[in-house]
Amino acid sequence: MFENTTEKSRHIYTVSEITQDIKLILENTFSEVWVEGEISNFRQYPSGHCYFSLKDQAALLPAVIFNRATKDIKFKIEDGLKAIAFGKIEVYPPRGQYQLVVEKIEPKGIGSLQLALEQLKQRLEKAGLFSAAHKRPLPYLPNRIGIVTSAQGAAIKDIFKVLDRRFKDVHIIVNSVRVQGEGAKDEIAQAIKDFNLLNEQLPRNERIEVMIVGRGGGSIEDLWAFNEEVVAYAIYNSSIPVISAVGHERDWTVADLVADLRAPTPSAAAELILPKKEDLSEKLQFLTSNLRRLFLDKALNFQEAIDELQHRLNLNITHELELNMNRLGTAGKKLALLNPAVLIQQYKIKTADLAKQIYIRTLHFVKLKESGFIKAAEKLSTLSPLNILSRGYSITFKMPEAEVVKDAGNIRTGDIVKTKLHKGDILSQVMEVTKNG
Amino acid sequence: MAEVKFEETLKRLEKIVDDLEKGDLSLDEALKRYQEGIELSRLCAQRLDTAKKKIDILVKGKKGEFELKPFDEAKTED
Repeated sequence: MFENTTEKSRHIYTVSEITQDIKLILENTFSEVWVEGEISNFRQYPSGHCYFSLKDQAALLPAVIFNRATKDIKFKIEDGLKAIAFGKIEVYPPRGQYQLVVEKIEPKGIGSLQLALEQLKQRLEKAGLFSAAHKRPLPYLPNRIGIVTSAQGAAIKDIFKVLDRRFKDVHIIVNSVRVQGEGAKDEIAQAIKDFNLLNEQLPRNERIEVMIVGRGGGSIEDLWAFNEEVVAYAIYNSSIPVISAVGHERDWTVADLVADLRAPTPSAAAELILPKKEDLSEKLQFLTSNLRRLFLDKALNFQEAIDELQHRLNLNITHELELNMNRLGTAGKKLALLNPAVLIQQYKIKTADLAKQIYIRTLHFVKLKESGFIKAAEKLSTLSPLNILSRGYSITFKMPEAEVVKDAGNIRTGDIVKTKLHKGDILSQVMEVTKNG
Repeated sequence: MAEVKFEETLKRLEKIVDDLEKGDLSLDEALKRYQEGIELSRLCAQRLDTAKKKIDILVKGKKGEFELKPFDEAKTED
């Protein structure tokens, strides 16, 4: 081919010339291009410039991101990542090389913010910021609550609305911060630290017991401050338990993942720590009725114990009573045997017996005496003066006294005397009295 | 701010109910606990009705000193 070409017709480029032409053609043709490929051999130099290659199965395109462009990149560029880069092709004559000068780069299939978030989440997870072991329990019925949010924002209004419906026995301290835009992340992080510093200055019983960190809803860009590493570490290092309350129910921010508890909205956060008055009231009633029931049970138990004792006592008494009744019965029988009525009857019989005997014996005695008397009377009759008269003797009585005359001196002449003979009497008048003796 | 801390009162009441539940108290002790419990219950109920909120805003001075100022809720209105 070289042999067939004449010197005249030949246009010979210098290396610089041809490189310049190539540069012009390439750079004019590919001044604004999108290139899709997999990142490989990524490296960043202290200057801030990043070098890597975009490649696919058959080709490789060197690429560079200059320092000024790296600031707009939210995610971390890593080898193996599929990306779409926007920029221009630039030729570097000294090396005869071309490369893509990247102005923008996005991960393929997912927004760069999402990717950045995923990457940050992975990093923080590795560092242990989301560890369940690190999460602290929330205080029950906290007395002092800190809130990190904008004093002018929707979040604080929502929290106050909840507060008005809830048990209000709380002291709330607001640390107002910007919640979006430049500087928001640093203000939020500082506010969290400040609450911790404040707590160190407060007496133990006046300390903030829990804080809510959050804002009302917004786009992912609006919420971005809550996805920042500095906020994540401020929450992680807070000695006060943190409830995150970023108004974005669907997605979890980094702050949500680090926080001790995640509430989907600021209102929900307030509801989590401010109990309903009715709930407390109900709890109080429950406790009080339990208290009454338990005490009543207790008292009833004692009552039952007393009843039981009483019952046993009664049983014993009844037993004792029965014993005594038996003894009484026995004694009664014995007593009955000793009944005086019976004795009286016996004595009556005995008395009657004796009376009978007395009668019999008396009769006998009387008969005995009677026969004695008859004998005595017979004997007596033999001694009677009248018997003497039968033998011729007489008895003279002075009349009218019928005095037996034993002395003639007692008789005067003329006295009337009666002479009793064995048979009949003689009445006579004294003629003469002869006194002798 | 509160002469009676609701939380502590409620906790004490819970403790008393627990004690009674265990059931190994003498009748005298049970009666004491019961009387205290009823009083605590009354205090809690009172506290529920009279509770007031207090809202401050944290202000940081130039030297980093903290100050609490009453929060003006009206300013949150749009």
